[in-house]
Parts: sequence; structure tokens; C-alpha cells
Amino acid sequence: MKLLRDTSLIFNRQMQFLLRNPVWILVGVFQPVMYLLLFAPLLKPALQVRTDAEAYEIFVPGLLVLLAIFGGLFQGFGLIAELRAGVIERSRVTPISRLALLLGRSLRDVVSLIAQAVIITLLALAFDLRVFLGNLLLAYLMLALISLMTSAVSYGVALAVKSEDALAPLMNTVAQPVLLLSGILLPLTYAPGWLQGVADWNPFSWAVNGTRALFRGDLGAPAVWQGLVIMAVLAVLAVAWAGRGFAKSVR
Amino acid sequence: MIETRGLRKSFTSRQGRDKKTVEAVRGVDLDVAEGEIFGFLGPNGAGKTTTLRMLATLIEPDDGTATIAGADLRADPGEVRRRIGYVAQGGSTWDDSTAREELVLEARLYGVSKAEAQRQAVRVLEGFQLSEYADRKCKTYSGGQRRRVDIALGIIHEPKVVFLDEPTTGLDPQSRAHMWDEIRRLRAEGMTVFITTHYLDEADALCDRISIMDNGEIVASGTPADLKREISGDVVRVGLPVDAVTAAAEALKNYKLETYEDNVRLYVEDGAVSIPQILRALDAADVPLGTIELHRPSLDDVFLTKTGRSLRES
Repeated sequence: MKLLRDTSLIFNRQMQFLLRNPVWILVGVFQPVMYLLLFAPLLKPALQVRTDAEAYEIFVPGLLVLLAIFGGLFQGFGLIAELRAGVIERSRVTPISRLALLLGRSLRDVVSLIAQAVIITLLALAFDLRVFLGNLLLAYLMLALISLMTSAVSYGVALAVKSEDALAPLMNTVAQPVLLLSGILLPLTYAPGWLQGVADWNPFSWAVNGTRALFRGDLGAPAVWQGLVIMAVLAVLAVAWAGRGFAKSVR
Repeated sequence: MIETRGLRKSFTSRQGRDKKTVEAVRGVDLDVAEGEIFGFLGPNGAGKTTTLRMLATLIEPDDGTATIAGADLRADPGEVRRRIGYVAQGGSTWDDSTAREELVLEARLYGVSKAEAQRQAVRVLEGFQLSEYADRKCKTYSGGQRRRVDIALGIIHEPKVVFLDEPTTGLDPQSRAHMWDEIRRLRAEGMTVFITTHYLDEADALCDRISIMDNGEIVASGTPADLKREISGDVVRVGLPVDAVTAAAEALKNYKLETYEDNVRLYVEDGAVSIPQILRALDAADVPLGTIELHRPSLDDVFLTKTGRSLRES
């Protein structure tokens, strides 16, 4: 109960700042929209599918997962600014739940990610993408879990390194192979066997497969529940780990 | 109100393969009475902030015990948090929010309702003469205004004890005097105020009692007047050319003295009587004299006699 109240206090404050400057949501979608407009048209011939709609069915889910991963991983920068301003230390001398300090922020990130996902989905509809509402909501749940996990990881690392200079290369180093090994831009069905084998160990590759199945309308595909379960477990682990960072004494 | 015994903290830093352990605080005993302004005086790096951060539950002590406002620091840090306020040295406001927003949030973090939090915010804004700027963003405030917001944030929940880490560092003289008044007001309202400072005049003028910390340890405790009284007599400071200091120390070896780069300080019973004798002794030894001055012992002299170093120079 206290956790809920404390989380909503932090969440409301963070949302207030976000809404005061909503341009950041648009800045966040700029890159994916560019991919949608300038990269996706190459896919119909490249993937050898018959219609644009089919190409978007494959590409848009990958793009959304990409947005969730990257959007989350770079949230730590905001936290470092807060650390520097003394805001985190000020919170830590109050009786507020330490987990709420993390969850309030991560949930703000989830909400802004979903807002961006909705914008991109609407744009893709203009390109003949069609997806059932129920499946779409499940796909958004997957995205929410991914961004909860990646933003928590980013906050945890930010608390540990405490400097933008260390955080940026670290997050890029993590994100690059994760991106390439998840079949986000092109499905890994085209990959050689060894690459597929490596990708099987990348949890995000499961998330991408699950999200693609949902966009395809294949709710019963095992990839759907497998992806959701893997992401949920990892999100819980990431939150528990980063929450300890807020509780632990930081010098 | 605050009682600590044997409080310790060391940090391990790693440079390449070498591990270095720094004992920041080595066994600190403190007794702070209710309703006093207690000053923690010492040079930068003495361990003041580390001690304060331990008492404020931000870092865990390695060893020792502490009771703050009746709550046990190590067994129940949550209860300590409810009873104390803490104002960090570097401030704690967010550029893009207003003083009122910060205060309302802070009050709510202590569990009160929104309406009550708004009432409390109005009360402290008035108390700290901030009402005029309450709805402007923190980034537009002057240094003094911002520091007052920081302190308002630290006491909005009416804690029994408030810790202020170097509350006047970086303020201009006028804001500094203003801040002293604010701190005295907190005491008048019944709060126990624990401040750290490296300003001698601040400890002297503001604090009811002080502890002097050096190198992780408390070297002296008491009221400023008592501490100064411990050093009986006067201090005579003789300014000299750098190469004459050794000769002067030799000529004056019958006095209790400290030597420095370009001066020696002598601790004497009565300065007015001693000065002519000192001058004669230097003259007899052919030591070229620069300046000579007489002063009453200050807290710096207390520090000097306890540690062998001057607080101003360390």
C-alpha cells in the first residue's frame, strides 16, 4: 500500500516534468518514423513478400521492440542529472520506499514508450498494416515489459557508474549486439545456422518473435507466451536488482 | 538528542591493481543536547561529511552505535529518517520545478495528505521569506534563495534534529548572516541543529557547542569559550623572512612556539609584557624582524594546539 502510494508520488512528479516538455516524446519517435518512411519500402522486394502490408507486419513489431530497448537503456542519463542535483539523496533521507524511487521513474518510461508505440502504429496503419486490437494490446504488454526491464537496468547501471561518460559507451556496447542478434531489422530466418543458434540465447530475439506472431494474428503461437514469460521474468529481476541500487548506500 | 559511540567508516578505492583503504571516520563519540546548535568544525577531508551522512542514514557505519532522537541508527534507520531532516552541501532542488512543488512533494514523502502538504509548504515558504518566488523555477533563484529552499525542504516535516552540511559555504556575507539568523530561528522553534563548517568565525558566533574533527577523529569538544580558555594567555605572531625562521625559533626556544613558513607563533602568559622581551631576544640573535602582532586565542589556535597544524592552512 505504501509502495503504491510512494510510487504514484514519484510517477506523478516525473510525468509532470515529461508533460511540461512533451517534445521529447516526438524526438523519441523521430528515428523510428524515419525507418518507417525511408527503410521499410526496401523490405517488400528484400523479404520477397507479396504486399506492403506483409512487409510492415514483419518490420513494425521489430521497430517497436527496438524503440523499447533503446528508449529504456538511455533513461539512466536523466537519473545521473538527478543524482548530481542532489534530488536522489534528498529522497533517500525520507522514509519513502526505495523501490518506489525506481518504479515511479520506470513506469514513466513505460508510459512514454507506449505513447510512442501508439504514434508509430497509427502511422503504419496508413501503410496498410492491419492488426487485431486484442493482439495489439498484448504486443504493447510485451513492449511495456521490455521497457520496464531496460529502463531499470539503465537506472541500476547509472547508480553504479554515476557518470554520463561511462554510461553512454556501456549502454551502446550492450545495445549493439542485442540489436543485431534479435532479428529486429530483418528476421533471423534468413540467418545462417550458427547465427540463429547464438540468437536463441538472446532473450530479445524471443520477444521479437512473439511480437511478430501477434502482429501476424497468430495468437496461439508458442513464441507469444514464451516471449511474454521471458520478458516478465527478466523485468522482475532487473527491477529487484536496480531497486537494491536505490536502497544501498551510494557515496 | 544525538549520542554516538565509536562510529567508524572506511572506504576502499581501487586504482588499477592497488586497493587503498581510507579510514574516513575512526571512532567518533558525540553527545548533542536537545535544542542546541552543535557545530562540527574541521578542515576539508576531516570526515565531517562522512559522519553526517552516517547519522542521516545515507551510509552505513562499519562499527559503533548511535541513537538519534530516541531511535537506534543501526537497528531502525527508517524511524531515524522520520525524525530527522538533512540538508546536503550541494543542494537538492531540481532546476525545472518550483519551490512550492518541491516542498509539497517533500512533505508528501513523509506521508501527509496533499491538502496538509500544501498547508505545510505555505507555512515554511512564509517562514523562510520565499513566498514571493514560490512559483518560479528553482533555476531562477539566487544562491541564497536556493539554499533557503534546501533548508525549508529539510525541515518541512518538523524534525526533532536537522543536519546541515556546510550551510553557508559559497554564500556572500549578507546571505551568510541571513542564514545564521535562519539557523537560530530553527533552534528557537525547538529543533536541535547539527551543522558542519570549516569557518572558524561561524563556529564561534553561531554554535552553542562544537566538536573539532581532524583526520577522522574528534580532537576537542566544548563550548567555543571553554575551548579558547583552555589555551591560557595570548598568542604573539612574529612575521619573518622565510630564511630567518629557523634562527628565530632558536633564539626564542625558551617560549612555547610553533614555526611556519614565514612566521612563528608564541603562546605567552601576557603578550604586553612578552613583546619587548621577544624583540630583545631576536635583536640579540641578529634575526631580521618583519612584523609582530598580538591576539587573543581563536578556535584556530585551539585546532593548532590539538593537531599541530593550522586550520586555515590545512
